[in-house]
Amino acid sequence: MILAFLLLIIIIFSITLGRYPIGTREAFGIIGSKLFDIDPFWTGTQESLLLNHRLPRVILACLVGCCLSTAGASYQGVFQNAMAAPDILGASSGAAFGAALAILLDMGKTMIIVSAFSFSLLTVALVIYIGHRVRGKQVLGLILAGIMISSLMSSGTSFIKLVADPENQLPTITYWLMGSFNGASPEDVGFVVVPMAVGLAPLFLFRWRINVLTLGNDEARTMGVNAKRLRTIIIMCATLITAASVSVSGMIGWIGLVIPHLTRRLVGNNYKYLMPATMVLGAIFLLVVDNISRNLLATEIPIGILTSLIGVPFFIFLISRDGEQL
Amino acid sequence: MTIEVVDLSFSYGTHNVLKNISFSADYGDFLSILGPNGVGKSTLFRCMLGLLTPNKGDTFIDDRAVSSLNAKDLAKIIAYIPQSHNPVFNFSVFDMVLMGTTAQLGQYSSPGKKERRQVEEALSRIGISHLKERGYRNISGGERQLVLIARAIAQQAKILIMDEPSSSLDFGNKIRVMQTVKALTNDGYMVIQSTHDPDQSFLYSDMVLALYKGEVLAWGKPQEIINDSLISKLYGVDVEVCSLQEDSLRICIPARDKWIHE
Repeated sequence: MILAFLLLIIIIFSITLGRYPIGTREAFGIIGSKLFDIDPFWTGTQESLLLNHRLPRVILACLVGCCLSTAGASYQGVFQNAMAAPDILGASSGAAFGAALAILLDMGKTMIIVSAFSFSLLTVALVIYIGHRVRGKQVLGLILAGIMISSLMSSGTSFIKLVADPENQLPTITYWLMGSFNGASPEDVGFVVVPMAVGLAPLFLFRWRINVLTLGNDEARTMGVNAKRLRTIIIMCATLITAASVSVSGMIGWIGLVIPHLTRRLVGNNYKYLMPATMVLGAIFLLVVDNISRNLLATEIPIGILTSLIGVPFFIFLISRDGEQL
Repeated sequence: MTIEVVDLSFSYGTHNVLKNISFSADYGDFLSILGPNGVGKSTLFRCMLGLLTPNKGDTFIDDRAVSSLNAKDLAKIIAYIPQSHNPVFNFSVFDMVLMGTTAQLGQYSSPGKKERRQVEEALSRIGISHLKERGYRNISGGERQLVLIARAIAQQAKILIMDEPSSSLDFGNKIRVMQTVKALTNDGYMVIQSTHDPDQSFLYSDMVLALYKGEVLAWGKPQEIINDSLISKLYGVDVEVCSLQEDSLRICIPARDKWIHE
């Protein structure tokens, strides 16, 4: 509850933050005017900037932060591995390949997102297919397949970079890979909000049962949980929201690992509380980092660089501090 | 009879693990499945719990076949108590026991007041209420075993399947855990434990099923079936079964002529 309230305050603060000044009063006025009849006391530039650029960007940062953290926490549960991150099944490397391919073929911005999203899902599907053919432990097979296919996709991306036009395609690809919310539009939000909602809802609803799943298939089954089916659902949902996230934001590392761990320290390992807290905390984290990304320097710093720059030292602090062991 | 294992056989590929196992037990019984490591005790349990499908035969609980029940219905009548383990995430003892109530909940629900009360009752019944705030990973092996028993109580199943409950515990904890379990059978629970330790069967069991190379070697009351030749055959060592305190207690020791001369 406190976290949700904090998120709301930061959202309002974030909207007013930026090179072109928009006050809190104007911001509320512009958003309110969509619902009520309010005489404009703001400029047209302010309205267009807020609705077409700043607000979508703030919403997108929150959504992606929420999704990547939730996906990380979910994968950690189903893989019984505290080190699992959202790209463990290759969702990110697949998206990167898809985006690079679309840029190489000179496709438009929407097609880059669609291509990244599709390739992300395709990659994970391939990983799951191969993982199930591995003899022995299923979970280990999946993780191994994830590592292999990720590496394959990365070489594919490298090859595209090699043949791309170094004048404008290569920089675009490189910049995309660094991750950014620059140029977020209402259409981007519209494109990802449905898959995100479809993926997040089951993860939220099944959150108690994920606890039982962390004890392993056999134990979960003897406690009345259809472990195989539930694990499949959780993996599919977590993959969907990861794919949707990276397709609009590019590579954003560490958040899916750092935020769930921070939340575990704050509210404990019970997914009943862990899940909602991770969702909100992830949104807060990425929104704050994105604010830094667009306001700290005159040129925008790619957010993927910042999440690592902030995430890694923070993670080191978290795991080396006294108290709970990994 | 409440639980009946009928002519159950299981094989991994061409390797026959279990051959024509049959036995039965009733509520209030304490049954030990005795045999050396690797004889198929765990496989038998996995078949009885519906985790493996036998190649032949089945387990019947109140005349219903285990293979015909789904996970949720099965969890309401039969609970599994694994060896005390070390899970990845450090849940509190209370949450760990609370997970036992999952079978009573709807798909999307979390445990509520009723389930929390069941957990309180289970914890106090086992005598570990003082542990509830502790992290499961921060308590001792014996305490963990008691927590897992409490979890099975909270699951409200009357048949408890215990996998080698005493194998990883020290002397005191072993006695504490076994006495707790024995008390449960007096309250109408049926306990089926696997063990490689014949002394455990003498002390607590009503019935013993001795498994040898995947087959039933002996089935009956411990005083009647456990003797020098059975134990020697099971484990491939010469053993003498000694009687203590007017035969109210028996223990197995290595055959005398071997250790006297060393």
